[in-house]
Amino acid sequence: MSRAALLVLADGRFPAGGHAHSGGAEAAVRAGRISGAASLEDFCRGRLHTAGLVAAGLSAAAALGIDPVALDRAADARTPSPALRVAARKLGRQLLRAARATWPSAELDALGREFPKGAHQPVVLGLAARAAGLGPVDAAYCAAYESVSGPASATVRLLSLDPFDATGALARLAPEADRVVDRAVEAARRAADEGLDALPAGSAPLLEIGAEVHAAWPVRLFAS
Amino acid sequence: MSVPAGAGAGAGAGVRSVARIVARADGRGGTSLPVLESDGPLALRRTRSAGTGARVMLVGAMSGPLGGDHFTVEGRVEEEARLSVGSAAATIALPGQAKGEARYDVRLDVADGGELHWLPEQLISAQGSDLRVSTRVELATTARLVLREEQVLGRVGEEPGRLTSRLTVRVAGQAVLDQELACGPGAPGGWDGPAVLAGHRAVGQLLVVRPEFAATPVAAGLLGEGASVVPLAGPAALVTAVAPDALRLRRLLDEALASLPRT
Amino acid sequence: MHLEHHRDTPTALSADAHRPDGIRRALRIGLGGPVGSGKTATVAALCRALRDELSLAVVTNDIYTREDAEFLLREAVLPPERITAVETGACPHTAIRDDISANLEAVEDLEDAVGPLDLVLVESGGDNLTATFSKGLVDAQIFVIDVAGGDDIPRKGGPGVTTADLLVVNKTDLAPYVGSDLARMAADAKAQRAELPVVFQSLRGGTGVADVAVWVRAQLSAWTA
Repeated sequence: MSRAALLVLADGRFPAGGHAHSGGAEAAVRAGRISGAASLEDFCRGRLHTAGLVAAGLSAAAALGIDPVALDRAADARTPSPALRVAARKLGRQLLRAARATWPSAELDALGREFPKGAHQPVVLGLAARAAGLGPVDAAYCAAYESVSGPASATVRLLSLDPFDATGALARLAPEADRVVDRAVEAARRAADEGLDALPAGSAPLLEIGAEVHAAWPVRLFAS
Repeated sequence: MSVPAGAGAGAGAGVRSVARIVARADGRGGTSLPVLESDGPLALRRTRSAGTGARVMLVGAMSGPLGGDHFTVEGRVEEEARLSVGSAAATIALPGQAKGEARYDVRLDVADGGELHWLPEQLISAQGSDLRVSTRVELATTARLVLREEQVLGRVGEEPGRLTSRLTVRVAGQAVLDQELACGPGAPGGWDGPAVLAGHRAVGQLLVVRPEFAATPVAAGLLGEGASVVPLAGPAALVTAVAPDALRLRRLLDEALASLPRT
Repeated sequence: MHLEHHRDTPTALSADAHRPDGIRRALRIGLGGPVGSGKTATVAALCRALRDELSLAVVTNDIYTREDAEFLLREAVLPPERITAVETGACPHTAIRDDISANLEAVEDLEDAVGPLDLVLVESGGDNLTATFSKGLVDAQIFVIDVAGGDDIPRKGGPGVTTADLLVVNKTDLAPYVGSDLARMAADAKAQRAELPVVFQSLRGGTGVADVAVWVRAQLSAWTA
């Protein structure tokens, strides 16, 4: 196992389709809920503790070797918005392609056969981490960080925000991301013993509603 | 019978109450209530029903739960029975003498052909309160459900207490919805920010489960910028809404329910 | 050996010449170039020229709309199930070069849905002179510029002009009106591209897209040989 593999997997340039998604930021910008660096940071904080925590829990659980089919159903139940389910599967499919090319593994191939149109991205992320020789903590870190880095870079494009401000917000959220990862990994370990109800289920009503608002627009910059 | 939670464990423990309802088809097209157990502050009353189902009002819970209390309501709808449960007034979570969070558990079970309407009034999280709500619903394949949950963050002009509310719904053992909303002081950060509630003080969900949604799911739709109607990954439709206050939230949820196809 | 390795796996990865079922996949040709140079019009004209002899499909990469796909649908150059749009998150060059996964999925889904296909045209969103397609996505690429964008573009070069398998200088009918010197453009292009081919075309008369269609047919013959 190589710790540097974590950097490869977490790299924003890892070619897995994330660049076309704003993590709900585009809808929040249009609604006026994100208008600058401060509101971006608060948006990211809320996303980190809800969707980010859920994704981190699922990723850690997949990295622990919990059945990905069951995890995918758990992800569905935690994602009421069909627009977000579609986005998560799209991103999962793209990540699976990139991961299979990067870390060939029988588990990833099997996942592709089970979900030809894509499994939920965090589940794929956990298995990709496994294939890369990484563990549940690494997988949870990737998921938690992605949950805020995506909206931050999208907002830089949407609002022509100073990129240093956006990066500063991410840095200030780092201690909270640590706590989210701790919670997620602890929940994933419990889920291995007690069942998937132990996984986090944090919800963000405005992310759910905003995703449906966004999906209904005829013109948009980002896919979600 | 309600007893102090953890009786014998020392002073400061709250009240533990368990209320139970069982609805059973009476074989003549109606529904009987072989079990209707009130307990302490959780008082259940059978009321006149407009249709063939049974109707129950939860009348006592408005004064609680207080810190340290643990309330449980168990409802079971047997095959082909129809039950509608409401409450007489909003439930207010208040700070208590006892230390620690209060808990409110709702356990619902609907058998094949059964139908449950679970439509309580709002839950108001008063300043200084700390409540954890857990609602678990188990539905058989052909069971039907209408469930509403509304949370109001603080009484008028007041900061909210801490509220964590988890809703888990299974159909034939398969989770179709699992969500937890955490808000108020002490909740993980960002709960009042642009991703989660953005200053809205009322948030609610309306879940409708019908077997026919498996073949013909509802179309995703919006009611303004504050509410969405979506098909879940299962035979269910979910309305999620945020609003400035309880009144406008209820209006959104009622409007959304009316927009769903009639059965 | 690379191809053999992935033959029995669930989905192709990127440039594999065969689909998972062992069938040789469609030739993929990318069309890139600056905004307004006539990429979509060239795609439309190519579809009309080739649709009776080839099974083809189009993937568009729009910047913030589905306009290009909708134009093609409106023009009815192909049945709607043969046209699909990829959303690119404000970065069209990323979707065709740095992170091609969404385009690969679109291409594969088209082959699954309406295949087998002979040819898939992948049109990029209008971008700058540095935008080129990844070899993991397309087998050959066409760079489309136009005379109205300035007759110094071939001289300036850039990856698109210099390395594209075919350079198309479009809207030659406008040259007299915008003061562009076609001879100078041809000489500059020759200097930048050595032996790589250049086509001057006007879609509003003359032979239209015919020269480009000839080039596409030659690519296809080489691909299926």
